[in-house]
Amino acid sequence: MTVAEMSLSGKDKTVVKAFWDKVAPKTAEIGGEALGRMLTSYPQTKTYFSHWSDLSPESAQVKKHGATIMGAIGDAIGKIDDLQGALSKLSELHAFKLRVDPANFRILAHNIILVLAMYYPADFTPEVHVSIDKFLQNLALALSEKYR
Amino acid sequence: MVKWTEEERRIIRGVWEKVDIDEIGEELWARALIVYPWIDRYFGSFGDIFTTTAILKNPKLAALGKVVLSALDTAVKNMDNFKALYAPLSRQHYEKIKVDPDNFRLLAECITITIACKLRAELNPQVQATWQKFLSAVVEAMNSQYK
Repeated sequence: MTVAEMSLSGKDKTVVKAFWDKVAPKTAEIGGEALGRMLTSYPQTKTYFSHWSDLSPESAQVKKHGATIMGAIGDAIGKIDDLQGALSKLSELHAFKLRVDPANFRILAHNIILVLAMYYPADFTPEVHVSIDKFLQNLALALSEKYR
Repeated sequence: MVKWTEEERRIIRGVWEKVDIDEIGEELWARALIVYPWIDRYFGSFGDIFTTTAILKNPKLAALGKVVLSALDTAVKNMDNFKALYAPLSRQHYEKIKVDPDNFRLLAECITITIACKLRAELNPQVQATWQKFLSAVVEAMNSQYK
C-alpha cells in the first residue's frame, strides 16, 4: 500500500511542535496506551510480538515499548525538516530486521491519535488532528524508505 | 452477518447510550471535513463548510449528522440483521449520491475519535475494540451494494 506524500507545511510543523510540547509530560503513558489498544483492536499486530509473554494493555513490556516508540517520535519532531535523515537507522531496522508490514504504521497512528484525543479532548481540535495525522503519515513514509 | 456475544451487545449499547446525537452529529463533520477535506466533494450545495467554526454552525450539516446517526441507531437496535436493512442506503449512496465507499471508513474513524473525546477513559481498550468491530460491520453493510 503506498500513500501519496503530502508534505508538511510550515503551519503543520508549528502545530505539531506546539502540541507535542504540551503533551510531553504524558507521552510515555500515551505510547503504552496506544500500543495496548493496537494489540487489542487489531489482533493481527500481535504476530510481531510473539516473544513477549503478556500482550495485554496492562503488560509492562507493552507499556515500556509504547514509551520507546513515543520517544522516537519526539526525537523525529526535533528533526521535522528532515524526517528521512532522522529515521534512516530506524528504517533499516524495520525493513531488514523487524520486517514490519508498513500497513501497520497506519494502524498504530490511528491508535496514537485516538489516545491523544482521549487525553486532550479540548486541545486535539480538528486543525491539530489533521497536522498530527499528516505528520504521522510522513513519519511512516520515512520509516518505510529503506524497505525496497 | 457478524455474530455478536452478549458482552459485545452490552458494550455497544453502553457506548451508544452516551452519544448525544445532536452534539456528535455536528462534531463528526468538523473532524471529517478538516482532516479529510476531499470529502467536501459531496457537499457542493451545503454552503460554507471550510472552517471548524462554519461547519459547527452549518444547519445542513447538522441535519445530515442527525440522519447519519439515526441510521447508526438503527444498526445498534438491529444488530443481527442491519446488513439487510442497510441495503437500500448502500444502493442510494452508490447509484444516486455516488460516494466513494472509502469515505464510509473515514467517517467511521471520525465518529470513533469524536466519541473518544467525549467518553475518554470510558472508551477502554476492550470497549474500543468492540465499538470498532461494530463500525466495521456498519461500513461493510454500506459497501454491500457496490457491485
